[in-house]
Amino acid sequence: MSKTKLTRRGVLKTGAAAGTGLALPTIFTGAAWSASDTGFTNAPTGPTVTLGFNVPQSGPYADEGADELRAYMLAVEHLNGEGDGGMLNSFSSKALNGTGILGKKVEYVTGDTQTKSDAARASARSMIEKDGAIMITGGSSSGVAIAVQGLCQEAGVIFMAGLTHSNDTTGKDKKANGFRHFFNAYMSGAALAPVLAKRYGTDRKAYHLTADYTWGWTQEESIRAATEALGWETVNTVKTPLSATDFSSYIAPVLNSGADVLILNHYGGNMVNSLTNAVQFGLRDKIVNGKKFEIVVPLYSRLMAQGAGENVKGILGTTNWHWTLDRPGTKEFVQSFGKKYGRPPSQAAHTCYVQTLLYADAVQRAGSFNPCAVVEALEGFEFDGMGNGPTLYRADDHQCFKDVLVVQGKENPTSEFDLLEIVDITPVEQVTYPPDHPMFAGGDLGTCNPGA
Amino acid sequence: MLGLNKRDTRFLLIVIALTLLTPFILQPFPEGSALAQFNAGYPDLMQRIAIFGIFAIGFNILFGLTGYLSFGHAAFLGVGSYSVVWMYKLLDYNVLPGLVLAIITSGLFALAIGYLSLRRSGIYFSILTLAFAQMSFNLAYSVLTPITNGETGLQVYTSDPQYLMSEGEPITPHLFGLVMNESYKLNLGGWVFTFNIGYYFTAVIAILAFYLSLRIFRSPFGLMLRAVKSNQTRLNYTGLNARPYTLAAFVISGMYAGLAGGLLAAMDPLAGAERMQWTESGAVVIMTILGGAGTLMGPVLGAGFIKYLEKIFSKINENVLEGWFSFLPEPLREVVVWIFSRFTGEGWALTLGLMFMLVVIFLPGGLMEGGERIRNLIRRKKNKPGDGASPDGTPAE
Repeated sequence: MSKTKLTRRGVLKTGAAAGTGLALPTIFTGAAWSASDTGFTNAPTGPTVTLGFNVPQSGPYADEGADELRAYMLAVEHLNGEGDGGMLNSFSSKALNGTGILGKKVEYVTGDTQTKSDAARASARSMIEKDGAIMITGGSSSGVAIAVQGLCQEAGVIFMAGLTHSNDTTGKDKKANGFRHFFNAYMSGAALAPVLAKRYGTDRKAYHLTADYTWGWTQEESIRAATEALGWETVNTVKTPLSATDFSSYIAPVLNSGADVLILNHYGGNMVNSLTNAVQFGLRDKIVNGKKFEIVVPLYSRLMAQGAGENVKGILGTTNWHWTLDRPGTKEFVQSFGKKYGRPPSQAAHTCYVQTLLYADAVQRAGSFNPCAVVEALEGFEFDGMGNGPTLYRADDHQCFKDVLVVQGKENPTSEFDLLEIVDITPVEQVTYPPDHPMFAGGDLGTCNPGA
Repeated sequence: MLGLNKRDTRFLLIVIALTLLTPFILQPFPEGSALAQFNAGYPDLMQRIAIFGIFAIGFNILFGLTGYLSFGHAAFLGVGSYSVVWMYKLLDYNVLPGLVLAIITSGLFALAIGYLSLRRSGIYFSILTLAFAQMSFNLAYSVLTPITNGETGLQVYTSDPQYLMSEGEPITPHLFGLVMNESYKLNLGGWVFTFNIGYYFTAVIAILAFYLSLRIFRSPFGLMLRAVKSNQTRLNYTGLNARPYTLAAFVISGMYAGLAGGLLAAMDPLAGAERMQWTESGAVVIMTILGGAGTLMGPVLGAGFIKYLEKIFSKINENVLEGWFSFLPEPLREVVVWIFSRFTGEGWALTLGLMFMLVVIFLPGGLMEGGERIRNLIRRKKNKPGDGASPDGTPAE
């Protein structure tokens, strides 16, 4: 068996120029090394192109994952010219015209990351190997995003990161084939610090509870640096496992630590539970060191606010985008999302939707699905009309730079979705950092890999 | 041949043929057809089936022969993975040193855990192994973060030393230049068959692992292990100390698990702490029981079956179902899609659970017993026209 295989390969390697041979029904026609006939992994040959949406459908970030998937499906609809077009109407680049990407109809496959790097990589691999996905996007955990980004770099497909907030995604672990639209922990710290100083003063003692993985570590580092620069003192930092659901044993020691601010470096289900526990312990009614005890959640989202209910009132945090933000693109997206799903989109949904459009637009402008052409089209790309105002995809680290929102839980919500109010819009200059900033150092973008 | 009798040689040859032809067997439907959804002949899944086959074969040496039910084998799987990735980080991307180290470290781990756990038997043994495995998981997940990189998973960075790395060497796992994730695709009419180097590498190791387990099953050592299972007290009364035998079995099966874990990292250079979680330990128990504990082929079948369900069924999302049932009228379609979507997509575990229940209740011997029953049924039918006497000495009714 193996003997015939080898000879056949030898024969066909020389004659591989014949192309795909997919349509030819004759036996023994077109065999070639997986991609040598096209130059890059999973080059779409038929009338369709497949994107891979890899989101958490179980685990602590499942709510975010579900909303991300809704956004992806909406983006596919708009790319294929169905529905009202959403942000395609406000996007500053007009390359996309509602006929798919480069005239190919967009199809998609979905997978469950389970919020575990192992499972996420397996799921992404099957999308690339079985379903022929040309681009992988998603992830609602930085650990997962970094793991999948590494895989995409090896496999030679583009990775458009979804919700990932760790500095490492575009810092220590950045990859040439990976792009992030979402903001990061450093930006949260830089945006939040001035507001914290104004509200709570410069003489505070902070206690951190931190999700024990790359995102938590870098967020703790960033917020700590930003608050200590204000004059705050960090009393203690405690790491909590991502899989934890009950935080009471972590909250109890906060009471006796002498701290007067609790900083929750938690997200998703973790944050909902830890905040609820903290409020149950009466932390917010305490007076410590003569000051009212405060809780800060540096990375905030409406879905979390919904989960935590009453407890979020007055609590400060930052967010990438909010559906009440008055910027071009927001209205179009919120309307289109609301019409389809009967609710406003979360920031996770927003970044995923935008990433899909940005990828499609880059392919369209580059005129090729080749990952290297896409990388070139996205590097240094400036755009507007995606809900955040003017935005730049920086070439040095594939990170988007745009304004950051400081928000707080609304005291008198008017509806079940109107839970956050915007306190401050931090201009992009204030959150920009040099690519070799110590918190992002140590990584290497490498060169783009088209695979095969 | 190879110290096997005629029947076992034939058995081994069949296994070899099945393993080598897997790219064909798992790809029964032409590309682009409606049933292509059920094709499973892509590298990742084939590799996983072979690797978890090895894991289950090793587990079966302990559970199938001695009856000691370990709930902590995932610890060895994780140890194997970490060993291999560390070898990538320190030496280079050649998988061989890592795999050797994986077998050694997991063997040492198994020796330590086995030495302590095997002082008890039955449920206490299971709980002890479970406790040790969970302990290892928590260590890997948080305490030992410098060694394991915690939740993010251990991966190779460009800043790692990689002392043996030479110019022009592949920067993904390889065996002396044979890159694991490289494949050769064969288009035959509408069919696309993928021959992946990594798969054939694992397949060869799986065949060796299978051969070794076959020899253990047929050896006096294997017989001794069976004696432990049938009546350990009696064995003790004859003046034999069973513990060295059980410990040996435990270490061997631990090394199998370490090898499987190492291979996982050899196919995909990342080691996550989740590999050590109790769910993985549970999965191998389910694989073994589903396929047929104590049989040679059963665990491999079970592993293949579960991995297939996990990867293929979980891909059938509501969108795909809508496509399948698009011929139904609107309200009926929604109901049908809703029902089916509970059992596919994220609900694949529900299907697995149902299958497992059915197998345990109706086929206590696992899928192997199912195959046996079908074969007997066919044989009986064949013999009916003759004299009605049952073959193989099955009792006449």
